Amino acid sequence: MSDRFLSKTASDLEPSGIRRFFDLAASMEGVISLGVGEPDFTTSWKIREASILSLEEGYTSYTANPGIPELRQEIAYYYASKYNTAYDPLEEVLVTVGASQAIDLAIRAIVNPGDEVIVVRPSFVSYLPVVQLVGGVPVPVDTTDVTHFIPTVEQIEAAITERTKAILICSPNNPTGTVMDKKSLADLAELCVAHDLVVISDEIYSELSYDEPHTSIASLDGMKERTIIINGFSKGFAMTGWRLGFALGPEAIVQAMLKIHQYTTMCASTTAQYGALEALRNGWDDVVHMKKSYQRRRNYIVRSFEEIGLPCHKPGGAFYAFPSIRPTGLSSVEFAEALLNEEKVAVVPGNVFGPSGEGHIRCSYASSMDHLQEAIRRMERFVSSYLASSQEEASEAVSTKP
Amino acid sequence: MNEKEIEVLEIIEHNGRQSIDTIAKMIDLSVEETAEIIKHLEDKKVIVEYAAVIDWAKVEGDSTIKAMIDVKVTPKREVGFDEIARRIYRYDEVKSVYLMSGAYDLSVTVEGKSMAQVAQFVSEKLSTLDSVLSTTTHFIMKQYKHDGTIFDEGDSDKRIVVSP
Repeated sequence: MSDRFLSKTASDLEPSGIRRFFDLAASMEGVISLGVGEPDFTTSWKIREASILSLEEGYTSYTANPGIPELRQEIAYYYASKYNTAYDPLEEVLVTVGASQAIDLAIRAIVNPGDEVIVVRPSFVSYLPVVQLVGGVPVPVDTTDVTHFIPTVEQIEAAITERTKAILICSPNNPTGTVMDKKSLADLAELCVAHDLVVISDEIYSELSYDEPHTSIASLDGMKERTIIINGFSKGFAMTGWRLGFALGPEAIVQAMLKIHQYTTMCASTTAQYGALEALRNGWDDVVHMKKSYQRRRNYIVRSFEEIGLPCHKPGGAFYAFPSIRPTGLSSVEFAEALLNEEKVAVVPGNVFGPSGEGHIRCSYASSMDHLQEAIRRMERFVSSYLASSQEEASEAVSTKP
Repeated sequence: MNEKEIEVLEIIEHNGRQSIDTIAKMIDLSVEETAEIIKHLEDKKVIVEYAAVIDWAKVEGDSTIKAMIDVKVTPKREVGFDEIARRIYRYDEVKSVYLMSGAYDLSVTVEGKSMAQVAQFVSEKLSTLDSVLSTTTHFIMKQYKHDGTIFDEGDSDKRIVVSP
Protein backbone atom coordinates (compact mmCIF):
# COMPACT_ATOMS: atom_id res chain seq x y z
CA MET A 1 0.00 0.00 0.00
CA SER A 2 1.23 3.44 -0.78
CA ASP A 3 2.27 5.75 2.04
CA ARG A 4 0.34 8.50 0.26
CA PHE A 5 -2.86 7.21 1.88
CA LEU A 6 -1.51 7.85 5.35
CA SER A 7 -2.10 11.02 7.33
CA LYS A 8 0.96 13.05 8.14
CA THR A 9 0.20 12.61 11.84
CA ALA A 10 0.15 8.83 11.55
CA SER A 11 3.25 8.78 9.35
CA ASP A 12 5.22 10.95 11.72
CA LEU A 13 4.53 8.74 14.76
CA GLU A 14 7.47 6.63 15.86
CA PRO A 15 6.60 2.96 16.39
CA SER A 16 6.96 1.84 20.01
CA GLY A 17 10.44 0.58 20.82
CA ILE A 18 8.83 -2.22 22.81
CA ARG A 19 7.02 -3.50 19.73
CA ARG A 20 10.22 -4.38 17.88
CA PHE A 21 11.57 -6.18 20.91
CA PHE A 22 8.29 -7.99 21.42
CA ASP A 23 8.50 -9.50 17.92
CA LEU A 24 11.99 -10.82 18.63
CA ALA A 25 11.09 -12.30 22.04
CA ALA A 26 7.81 -13.79 20.80
CA SER A 27 9.63 -15.74 18.08
CA MET A 28 11.74 -17.68 20.59
CA GLU A 29 10.91 -20.78 22.65
CA GLY A 30 11.56 -21.19 26.36
CA VAL A 31 11.92 -17.50 27.14
CA ILE A 32 11.58 -16.36 30.74
CA SER A 33 9.96 -12.99 30.45
CA LEU A 34 10.63 -10.05 32.72
CA GLY A 35 9.26 -7.90 29.93
CA VAL A 36 5.60 -8.01 30.84
CA GLY A 37 3.84 -4.88 32.01
CA GLU A 38 0.98 -6.58 33.74
CA PRO A 39 0.21 -8.63 36.86
CA ASP A 40 0.84 -12.38 36.81
CA PHE A 41 -2.32 -12.92 38.84
CA THR A 42 -5.57 -13.78 37.15
CA THR A 43 -8.45 -11.46 38.04
CA SER A 44 -9.97 -12.73 41.28
CA TRP A 45 -12.85 -15.12 40.87
CA LYS A 46 -15.37 -12.91 42.67
CA ILE A 47 -14.81 -10.18 40.05
CA ARG A 48 -15.05 -12.61 37.16
CA GLU A 49 -18.19 -14.10 38.66
CA ALA A 50 -19.84 -10.67 39.06
CA SER A 51 -19.28 -10.06 35.35
CA ILE A 52 -20.67 -13.47 34.44
CA LEU A 53 -23.71 -12.73 36.59
CA SER A 54 -24.24 -9.40 34.81
CA LEU A 55 -24.33 -11.29 31.51
CA GLU A 56 -26.73 -13.88 32.91
CA GLU A 57 -29.02 -11.08 34.05
CA GLY A 58 -28.97 -9.55 30.61
CA TYR A 59 -26.85 -6.44 31.15
CA THR A 60 -25.68 -6.44 27.55
CA SER A 61 -26.66 -2.98 26.34
CA TYR A 62 -24.81 0.37 26.40
CA THR A 63 -24.33 2.06 29.72
CA ALA A 64 -24.54 5.81 30.29
CA ASN A 65 -21.64 7.45 28.43
CA PRO A 66 -19.63 8.25 31.59
CA GLY A 67 -20.24 4.77 33.07
CA ILE A 68 -22.84 3.11 35.28
CA PRO A 69 -23.79 5.47 38.14
CA GLU A 70 -23.04 2.90 40.87
CA LEU A 71 -19.48 2.48 39.58
CA ARG A 72 -18.88 6.24 39.41
CA GLN A 73 -20.24 6.48 42.95
CA GLU A 74 -17.80 3.79 44.15
CA ILE A 75 -14.88 5.48 42.36
CA ALA A 76 -15.72 8.81 44.03
CA TYR A 77 -16.01 7.03 47.38
CA TYR A 78 -12.65 5.30 46.80
CA TYR A 79 -10.86 8.64 46.31
CA ALA A 80 -12.78 10.30 49.15
CA SER A 81 -11.91 7.59 51.64
CA LYS A 82 -8.30 7.08 50.56
CA TYR A 83 -7.20 10.65 49.79
CA ASN A 84 -9.88 12.76 51.45
CA THR A 85 -10.69 14.34 48.08
CA ALA A 86 -14.39 14.83 47.29
CA TYR A 87 -15.49 14.33 43.67
CA ASP A 88 -19.04 14.59 42.39
CA PRO A 89 -19.72 11.14 40.92
CA LEU A 90 -22.13 12.53 38.34
CA GLU A 91 -20.03 15.40 36.97
CA GLU A 92 -16.41 14.77 37.91
CA VAL A 93 -15.90 11.05 37.32
CA LEU A 94 -15.57 9.34 33.95
CA VAL A 95 -15.23 5.61 33.30
CA THR A 96 -12.95 4.90 30.33
CA VAL A 97 -11.55 2.09 28.22
CA GLY A 98 -8.43 1.59 30.31
CA ALA A 99 -6.24 4.30 31.78
CA SER A 100 -4.72 4.69 28.30
CA GLN A 101 -7.95 6.13 26.92
CA ALA A 102 -8.26 8.37 29.95
CA ILE A 103 -4.80 9.83 29.23
CA ASP A 104 -5.73 10.37 25.60
CA LEU A 105 -9.01 12.08 26.56
CA ALA A 106 -7.28 14.28 29.12
CA ILE A 107 -4.73 15.47 26.57
CA ARG A 108 -7.37 16.01 23.89
CA ALA A 109 -9.57 17.94 26.30
CA ILE A 110 -6.93 20.48 27.31
CA VAL A 111 -4.22 20.75 24.64
CA ASN A 112 -4.43 23.15 21.70
CA PRO A 113 -2.03 22.80 18.75
CA GLY A 114 1.29 24.26 19.81
CA ASP A 115 0.63 23.90 23.54
CA GLU A 116 3.47 22.32 25.46
CA VAL A 117 3.09 19.42 27.85
CA ILE A 118 5.98 18.60 30.18
CA VAL A 119 6.55 14.87 30.42
CA VAL A 120 8.78 13.44 33.14
CA ARG A 121 10.99 10.71 31.68
CA PRO A 122 11.81 7.80 31.64
CA SER A 123 8.12 7.45 30.90
CA PHE A 124 5.44 5.10 29.65
CA VAL A 125 5.75 4.80 25.88
CA SER A 126 2.45 6.44 24.93
CA TYR A 127 2.75 9.80 26.71
CA LEU A 128 4.70 11.64 24.01
CA PRO A 129 2.73 10.27 21.04
CA VAL A 130 -0.68 11.16 22.52
CA VAL A 131 0.51 14.76 22.94
CA GLN A 132 1.80 14.79 19.36
CA LEU A 133 -1.46 13.33 18.03
CA VAL A 134 -3.32 16.52 18.98
CA GLY A 135 -0.61 18.81 17.63
CA GLY A 136 0.80 19.49 21.06
CA VAL A 137 4.49 19.68 21.82
CA PRO A 138 5.83 17.22 24.40
CA VAL A 139 8.64 18.71 26.45
CA PRO A 140 10.59 15.92 28.13
CA VAL A 141 12.25 16.43 31.49
CA ASP A 142 14.83 13.70 31.81
CA THR A 143 15.58 12.31 35.25
CA THR A 144 18.34 9.93 36.32
CA ASP A 145 19.05 7.44 39.05
CA VAL A 146 21.06 10.13 40.85
CA THR A 147 17.74 11.60 42.03
CA HIS A 148 16.02 8.19 41.99
CA PHE A 149 14.25 9.39 38.83
CA ILE A 150 12.41 12.16 40.68
CA PRO A 151 12.48 15.50 38.80
CA THR A 152 13.89 18.48 40.66
CA VAL A 153 12.00 21.76 40.94
CA GLU A 154 14.78 23.44 38.94
CA GLN A 155 14.42 20.93 36.10
CA ILE A 156 10.68 21.47 35.85
CA GLU A 157 10.94 25.21 36.17
CA ALA A 158 13.54 25.35 33.41
CA ALA A 159 11.17 23.49 31.11
CA ILE A 160 8.22 25.84 31.68
CA THR A 161 7.49 28.40 28.95
CA GLU A 162 4.50 30.61 28.25
CA ARG A 163 3.13 27.82 26.06
CA THR A 164 3.25 25.22 28.81
CA LYS A 165 -0.22 23.88 29.52
CA ALA A 166 0.30 20.81 31.63
CA ILE A 167 2.70 18.45 33.36
CA LEU A 168 2.27 14.69 33.05
CA ILE A 169 3.54 12.59 35.93
CA CYS A 170 3.29 8.91 36.79
CA SER A 171 3.80 7.77 40.37
CA PRO A 172 4.50 4.95 41.13
CA ASN A 173 6.30 5.05 37.82
CA ASN A 174 6.48 2.80 34.82
CA PRO A 175 9.32 1.97 34.04
CA THR A 176 11.41 2.98 37.08
CA GLY A 177 9.10 2.01 39.96
CA THR A 178 9.88 5.37 41.56
CA VAL A 179 7.32 6.82 43.93
CA MET A 180 7.32 10.62 44.17
CA ASP A 181 7.43 11.43 47.88
CA LYS A 182 5.10 14.00 49.44
CA LYS A 183 7.78 16.71 49.50
CA SER A 184 8.51 16.35 45.76
CA LEU A 185 4.80 16.44 44.98
CA ALA A 186 4.33 19.51 47.18
CA ASP A 187 7.20 21.30 45.39
CA LEU A 188 5.69 20.40 42.05
CA ALA A 189 2.24 21.52 43.21
CA GLU A 190 3.62 24.90 44.21
CA LEU A 191 5.12 25.36 40.74
CA CYS A 192 1.87 24.37 39.06
CA VAL A 193 -0.14 26.86 41.10
CA ALA A 194 2.42 29.62 40.49
CA HIS A 195 2.45 29.02 36.71
CA ASP A 196 -1.25 28.06 36.45
CA LEU A 197 -0.61 24.61 35.00
CA VAL A 198 -2.70 21.47 34.82
CA VAL A 199 -1.28 18.22 36.22
CA ILE A 200 -2.18 14.95 34.59
CA SER A 201 -1.43 12.45 37.33
CA ASP A 202 -1.23 8.84 36.15
CA GLU A 203 -1.96 6.85 39.31
CA ILE A 204 -2.56 3.46 37.71
CA TYR A 205 -0.02 1.85 40.09
CA SER A 206 -1.31 3.68 43.19
CA GLU A 207 -2.34 0.46 44.93
CA LEU A 208 1.18 -0.89 44.51
CA SER A 209 3.10 1.52 46.73
CA TYR A 210 5.17 -0.52 49.18
CA ASP A 211 7.11 1.63 51.57
CA GLU A 212 4.76 4.54 52.20
CA PRO A 213 1.08 5.24 51.53
CA HIS A 214 0.48 6.65 48.06
CA THR A 215 -0.12 10.40 47.85
CA SER A 216 -2.30 11.81 45.10
CA ILE A 217 -1.13 15.27 44.06
CA ALA A 218 -4.82 16.23 43.78
CA SER A 219 -5.07 16.01 47.58
CA LEU A 220 -2.52 18.82 48.07
CA ASP A 221 -3.57 22.44 48.59
CA GLY A 222 -4.77 24.21 45.46
CA MET A 223 -4.38 21.12 43.28
CA LYS A 224 -7.81 19.50 43.02
CA GLU A 225 -9.02 22.21 40.66
CA ARG A 226 -6.04 21.71 38.33
CA THR A 227 -5.42 17.95 38.46
CA ILE A 228 -6.75 15.25 36.19
CA ILE A 229 -6.35 11.92 37.95
CA ILE A 230 -5.88 8.89 35.73
CA ASN A 231 -6.41 5.49 37.29
CA GLY A 232 -7.96 2.12 36.52
CA PHE A 233 -8.39 -1.49 37.44
CA SER A 234 -5.59 -3.07 35.39
CA LYS A 235 -2.75 -3.17 37.86
CA GLY A 236 -4.23 -3.12 41.38
CA PHE A 237 -7.00 -5.60 40.61
CA ALA A 238 -5.11 -7.59 37.92
CA MET A 239 -7.67 -6.65 35.25
CA THR A 240 -5.48 -5.59 32.31
CA GLY A 241 -7.48 -7.37 29.64
CA TRP A 242 -10.75 -5.86 30.81
CA ARG A 243 -9.68 -2.44 29.59
CA LEU A 244 -11.31 -0.42 32.30
CA GLY A 245 -9.98 2.85 33.65
CA PHE A 246 -11.30 6.11 34.99
CA ALA A 247 -10.54 9.79 35.35
CA LEU A 248 -11.43 12.29 38.04
CA GLY A 249 -11.00 16.01 37.71
CA PRO A 250 -12.57 19.45 37.59
CA GLU A 251 -16.09 19.34 36.16
CA ALA A 252 -15.32 21.44 33.06
CA ILE A 253 -12.42 19.20 32.04
CA VAL A 254 -14.18 15.92 32.79
CA GLN A 255 -17.25 17.07 30.86
CA ALA A 256 -15.02 17.98 27.91
CA MET A 257 -13.40 14.54 28.12
CA LEU A 258 -16.90 13.04 28.24
CA LYS A 259 -17.87 14.78 24.97
CA ILE A 260 -14.89 13.26 23.16
CA HIS A 261 -15.52 9.90 24.84
CA GLN A 262 -19.19 9.78 23.78
CA TYR A 263 -18.40 10.65 20.17
CA THR A 264 -15.49 8.24 19.81
CA THR A 265 -16.18 5.36 22.17
CA MET A 266 -19.76 5.64 23.44
CA CYS A 267 -19.02 3.90 26.73
CA ALA A 268 -16.72 1.35 28.34
CA SER A 269 -17.67 -2.33 28.22
CA THR A 270 -20.78 -2.99 30.29
CA THR A 271 -19.60 -6.42 31.41
CA ALA A 272 -16.26 -5.02 32.56
CA GLN A 273 -17.98 -2.22 34.48
CA TYR A 274 -19.97 -4.72 36.54
CA GLY A 275 -16.76 -6.61 37.31
CA ALA A 276 -15.09 -3.36 38.36
CA LEU A 277 -18.02 -2.51 40.62
CA GLU A 278 -17.48 -5.79 42.47
CA ALA A 279 -13.73 -5.07 42.61
CA LEU A 280 -14.24 -1.75 44.40
CA ARG A 281 -16.88 -3.14 46.73
CA ASN A 282 -15.38 -6.49 47.69
CA GLY A 283 -11.97 -6.92 46.05
CA TRP A 284 -9.66 -5.28 48.58
CA ASP A 285 -8.43 -8.42 50.34
CA ASP A 286 -7.06 -9.61 47.02
CA VAL A 287 -5.31 -6.29 46.43
CA VAL A 288 -3.57 -6.60 49.81
CA HIS A 289 -2.55 -10.18 49.03
CA MET A 290 -1.14 -9.30 45.59
CA LYS A 291 0.67 -6.24 46.90
CA LYS A 292 2.39 -8.25 49.62
CA SER A 293 3.49 -10.80 47.06
CA TYR A 294 4.93 -8.12 44.74
CA GLN A 295 6.71 -6.46 47.64
CA ARG A 296 8.56 -9.67 48.53
CA ARG A 297 9.53 -10.22 44.91
CA ARG A 298 10.70 -6.60 44.69
CA ASN A 299 12.93 -7.14 47.70
CA TYR A 300 14.29 -10.36 46.22
CA ILE A 301 15.05 -9.05 42.74
CA VAL A 302 16.63 -5.75 43.86
CA ARG A 303 19.04 -7.48 46.28
CA SER A 304 19.80 -10.10 43.64
CA PHE A 305 20.64 -7.45 41.03
CA GLU A 306 22.98 -5.75 43.47
CA GLU A 307 24.66 -9.10 44.17
CA ILE A 308 25.24 -9.94 40.52
CA GLY A 309 26.74 -6.53 39.83
CA LEU A 310 23.84 -4.50 38.46
CA PRO A 311 23.31 -1.47 40.72
CA CYS A 312 19.60 -0.99 41.33
CA HIS A 313 17.75 1.72 43.27
CA LYS A 314 14.99 0.27 45.41
CA PRO A 315 11.74 1.10 43.63
CA GLY A 316 8.96 2.14 46.01
CA GLY A 317 6.10 0.93 43.85
CA ALA A 318 4.68 -0.61 40.66
CA PHE A 319 6.25 -3.97 39.72
CA TYR A 320 9.35 -2.88 37.86
CA ALA A 321 12.99 -2.81 38.79
CA PHE A 322 15.18 -0.55 36.67
CA PRO A 323 18.77 -1.66 37.29
CA SER A 324 21.79 -0.04 35.72
CA ILE A 325 23.59 -2.20 33.17
CA ARG A 326 26.47 0.25 32.71
CA PRO A 327 29.04 -2.01 34.44
CA THR A 328 28.75 -4.41 31.49
CA GLY A 329 29.74 -1.74 28.99
CA LEU A 330 26.73 -2.59 26.82
CA SER A 331 23.98 -0.27 25.66
CA SER A 332 20.50 -1.13 26.90
CA VAL A 333 19.48 -2.51 23.49
CA GLU A 334 22.69 -4.53 23.18
CA PHE A 335 22.21 -5.89 26.68
CA ALA A 336 18.56 -6.84 26.13
CA GLU A 337 19.22 -8.47 22.75
CA ALA A 338 22.28 -10.39 23.90
CA LEU A 339 20.53 -11.52 27.09
CA LEU A 340 17.59 -12.76 25.05
CA ASN A 341 19.78 -14.57 22.51
CA GLU A 342 22.29 -16.02 24.95
CA GLU A 343 20.16 -16.77 28.02
CA LYS A 344 16.56 -16.48 26.83
CA VAL A 345 15.55 -13.87 29.35
CA ALA A 346 13.39 -11.03 28.02
CA VAL A 347 13.77 -7.58 29.53
CA VAL A 348 12.92 -4.21 28.02
CA PRO A 349 15.78 -1.89 27.02
CA GLY A 350 15.60 1.32 29.07
CA ASN A 351 16.02 3.62 26.08
CA VAL A 352 12.52 2.84 24.77
CA PHE A 353 11.25 4.97 27.67
CA GLY A 354 13.35 7.93 26.56
CA PRO A 355 17.08 8.67 26.37
CA SER A 356 17.35 8.97 30.15
CA GLY A 357 16.45 5.29 30.35
CA GLU A 358 19.66 4.42 28.49
CA GLY A 359 22.06 2.42 30.67
CA HIS A 360 19.13 0.64 32.31
CA ILE A 361 16.75 -2.22 31.63
CA ARG A 362 13.17 -2.56 32.80
CA CYS A 363 12.56 -5.83 34.59
CA SER A 364 9.02 -6.70 35.64
CA TYR A 365 8.95 -8.85 38.75
CA ALA A 366 5.31 -9.78 38.15
CA SER A 367 6.44 -13.38 37.65
CA SER A 368 6.49 -16.42 39.90
CA MET A 369 9.40 -16.75 42.34
CA ASP A 370 10.52 -19.83 40.42
CA HIS A 371 10.79 -17.79 37.23
CA LEU A 372 12.49 -14.89 38.97
CA GLN A 373 15.08 -17.20 40.54
CA GLU A 374 15.81 -18.86 37.21
CA ALA A 375 15.99 -15.45 35.48
CA ILE A 376 18.49 -14.25 38.09
CA ARG A 377 20.61 -17.42 37.65
CA ARG A 378 20.73 -16.84 33.90
CA MET A 379 21.41 -13.11 34.25
CA GLU A 380 24.20 -13.76 36.74
CA ARG A 381 25.89 -16.07 34.22
CA PHE A 382 25.40 -13.48 31.47
CA VAL A 383 26.51 -10.46 33.47
CA SER A 384 29.57 -12.14 34.95
CA SER A 385 30.91 -12.98 31.47
CA TYR A 386 30.54 -9.36 30.38
CA LEU A 387 31.92 -7.99 33.62
CA ALA A 388 34.98 -10.24 33.22
CA SER A 389 35.54 -9.17 29.63
CA SER A 390 35.07 -5.47 30.37
CA GLN A 391 37.59 -5.79 33.24
CA GLU A 392 40.06 -7.54 30.91
CA GLU A 393 39.67 -4.75 28.38
CA ALA A 394 40.28 -2.19 31.09
CA SER A 395 43.44 -3.92 32.33
CA GLU A 396 44.73 -4.36 28.76
CA ALA A 397 44.19 -0.68 28.14
CA VAL A 398 46.18 0.12 31.28
CA SER A 399 49.04 -2.30 30.43
CA THR A 400 49.42 -0.99 26.85
CA LYS A 401 49.85 2.59 28.02
CA PRO A 402 53.29 3.91 27.24
CA MET B 1 4.77 -12.81 66.82
CA ASN B 2 6.41 -10.07 64.78
CA GLU B 3 5.80 -9.08 61.17
CA LYS B 4 8.94 -10.73 59.80
CA GLU B 5 8.12 -14.05 61.52
CA ILE B 6 4.66 -14.02 59.97
CA GLU B 7 6.19 -13.23 56.57
CA VAL B 8 8.53 -16.22 56.91
CA LEU B 9 5.58 -18.45 57.76
CA GLU B 10 3.56 -17.24 54.78
CA ILE B 11 6.48 -17.85 52.42
CA ILE B 12 7.26 -21.31 53.83
CA GLU B 13 3.62 -22.35 53.86
CA HIS B 14 3.49 -21.58 50.14
CA ASN B 15 6.83 -23.22 49.34
CA GLY B 16 8.62 -25.19 52.04
CA ARG B 17 11.65 -25.69 49.82
CA GLN B 18 12.48 -22.01 49.45
CA SER B 19 16.13 -21.43 50.36
CA ILE B 20 17.04 -19.30 53.36
CA ASP B 21 19.03 -17.02 51.07
CA THR B 22 15.94 -16.34 48.93
CA ILE B 23 13.64 -15.90 51.94
CA ALA B 24 16.15 -13.46 53.43
CA LYS B 25 16.06 -11.36 50.28
CA MET B 26 12.27 -11.50 50.09
CA ILE B 27 11.80 -10.19 53.63
CA ASP B 28 14.78 -7.85 53.46
CA LEU B 29 16.83 -9.33 56.31
CA SER B 30 20.27 -10.94 56.45
CA VAL B 31 20.66 -14.69 55.96
CA GLU B 32 21.73 -15.05 59.61
CA GLU B 33 18.70 -13.17 60.93
CA THR B 34 16.39 -15.21 58.74
CA ALA B 35 17.95 -18.51 59.79
CA GLU B 36 17.50 -17.50 63.41
CA ILE B 37 13.80 -16.73 62.85
CA ILE B 38 13.24 -20.08 61.16
CA LYS B 39 15.04 -21.99 63.90
CA HIS B 40 13.01 -20.16 66.55
CA LEU B 41 9.75 -21.03 64.76
CA GLU B 42 10.83 -24.66 64.41
CA ASP B 43 11.82 -24.87 68.08
CA LYS B 44 8.47 -23.45 69.16
CA LYS B 45 6.72 -25.98 66.88
CA VAL B 46 5.02 -23.16 64.99
CA ILE B 47 6.59 -24.72 61.92
CA VAL B 48 5.51 -28.30 62.61
CA GLU B 49 6.70 -30.04 59.46
CA TYR B 50 7.80 -29.37 55.86
CA ALA B 51 5.36 -31.20 53.61
CA ALA B 52 4.64 -31.39 49.87
CA VAL B 53 1.23 -31.28 48.21
CA ILE B 54 1.15 -34.25 45.83
CA ASP B 55 -1.43 -35.15 43.23
CA TRP B 56 -1.38 -38.92 43.76
CA ALA B 57 -3.97 -39.37 41.01
CA LYS B 58 -1.10 -38.75 38.57
CA VAL B 59 1.03 -41.52 40.05
CA GLU B 60 0.64 -44.68 38.02
CA GLY B 61 -0.29 -47.71 40.09
CA ASP B 62 -1.22 -45.67 43.13
CA SER B 63 -4.45 -46.94 44.61
CA THR B 64 -4.72 -44.85 47.74
CA ILE B 65 -8.33 -44.44 48.80
CA LYS B 66 -9.32 -41.50 50.95
CA ALA B 67 -12.47 -41.15 53.00
CA MET B 68 -13.83 -38.45 55.29
CA ILE B 69 -15.76 -39.87 58.21
CA ASP B 70 -18.24 -37.96 60.33
CA VAL B 71 -18.03 -39.35 63.85
CA LYS B 72 -20.51 -38.77 66.67
CA VAL B 73 -19.05 -39.45 70.09
CA THR B 74 -19.93 -39.15 73.77
CA PRO B 75 -17.62 -36.60 75.41
CA LYS B 76 -16.18 -37.61 78.75
CA ARG B 77 -16.26 -35.62 81.96
CA GLU B 78 -13.17 -33.41 82.40
CA VAL B 79 -11.37 -34.54 79.23
CA GLY B 80 -14.25 -33.67 76.85
CA PHE B 81 -13.49 -34.77 73.31
CA ASP B 82 -9.72 -34.79 73.69
CA GLU B 83 -9.35 -38.35 74.94
CA ILE B 84 -11.34 -39.95 72.15
CA ALA B 85 -9.65 -37.70 69.58
CA ARG B 86 -6.25 -38.89 70.82
CA ARG B 87 -7.31 -42.52 70.58
CA ILE B 88 -8.42 -41.96 67.00
CA TYR B 89 -5.48 -39.94 65.68
CA ARG B 90 -2.93 -42.54 66.80
CA TYR B 91 -4.07 -45.03 64.15
CA ASP B 92 -1.75 -44.95 61.12
CA GLU B 93 -4.74 -45.02 58.78
CA VAL B 94 -5.98 -41.69 60.19
CA LYS B 95 -4.49 -38.67 58.42
CA SER B 96 -6.39 -35.85 60.12
CA VAL B 97 -8.83 -35.29 62.96
CA TYR B 98 -10.84 -32.12 63.57
CA LEU B 99 -13.36 -31.31 66.30
CA MET B 100 -16.43 -29.93 64.55
CA SER B 101 -19.48 -27.90 65.44
CA GLY B 102 -22.82 -29.00 64.02
CA ALA B 103 -24.35 -32.34 63.18
CA TYR B 104 -21.42 -34.49 64.30
CA ASP B 105 -18.39 -34.13 66.56
CA LEU B 106 -15.21 -35.31 64.86
CA SER B 107 -14.21 -35.17 61.21
CA VAL B 108 -11.68 -37.92 60.52
CA THR B 109 -9.75 -38.40 57.26
CA VAL B 110 -8.68 -41.98 56.63
CA GLU B 111 -6.47 -43.46 53.92
CA GLY B 112 -6.24 -47.06 52.79
CA LYS B 113 -5.11 -49.18 49.86
CA SER B 114 -8.66 -50.15 48.93
CA MET B 115 -12.26 -49.29 49.77
CA ALA B 116 -12.47 -52.61 51.57
CA GLN B 117 -9.50 -51.75 53.76
CA VAL B 118 -11.00 -48.36 54.70
CA ALA B 119 -14.40 -49.95 55.35
CA GLN B 120 -12.76 -52.57 57.53
CA PHE B 121 -10.94 -49.93 59.55
CA VAL B 122 -14.15 -47.99 60.12
CA SER B 123 -16.27 -50.96 61.04
CA GLU B 124 -13.73 -52.84 63.13
CA LYS B 125 -11.59 -50.11 64.72
CA LEU B 126 -13.34 -46.79 64.69
CA SER B 127 -16.96 -47.79 65.26
CA THR B 128 -16.09 -50.14 68.05
CA LEU B 129 -14.43 -47.54 70.24
CA ASP B 130 -16.37 -47.05 73.48
CA SER B 131 -17.25 -43.38 73.03
CA VAL B 132 -18.20 -43.63 69.36
CA LEU B 133 -21.95 -43.46 68.82
CA SER B 134 -22.08 -43.47 65.01
CA THR B 135 -20.01 -42.99 61.85
CA THR B 136 -20.87 -41.79 58.34
CA THR B 137 -18.24 -42.57 55.71
CA HIS B 138 -17.77 -40.40 52.57
CA PHE B 139 -15.26 -41.73 50.04
CA ILE B 140 -13.36 -39.01 48.17
CA MET B 141 -13.93 -39.49 44.44
CA LYS B 142 -11.64 -36.79 43.05
CA GLN B 143 -9.44 -34.08 44.51
CA TYR B 144 -9.90 -30.65 42.91
CA LYS B 145 -8.23 -28.40 45.45
CA HIS B 146 -6.19 -29.13 48.58
CA ASP B 147 -4.70 -26.64 51.03
CA GLY B 148 -5.16 -23.80 48.55
CA THR B 149 -3.60 -25.69 45.65
CA ILE B 150 -5.82 -26.32 42.63
CA PHE B 151 -5.12 -29.73 41.08
CA ASP B 152 -6.94 -29.71 37.76
CA GLU B 153 -6.15 -26.23 36.44
CA GLY B 154 -3.29 -25.45 34.10
CA ASP B 155 -1.23 -22.52 35.38
CA SER B 156 0.07 -21.48 31.98
CA ASP B 157 1.00 -17.83 31.69
CA LYS B 158 -1.39 -16.33 29.17
CA ARG B 159 0.41 -13.00 28.94
CA ILE B 160 2.34 -11.90 25.87
CA VAL B 161 6.11 -12.08 26.31
CA VAL B 162 6.78 -8.35 26.24
CA SER B 163 4.19 -5.64 26.84
CA PRO B 164 4.14 -1.92 27.72
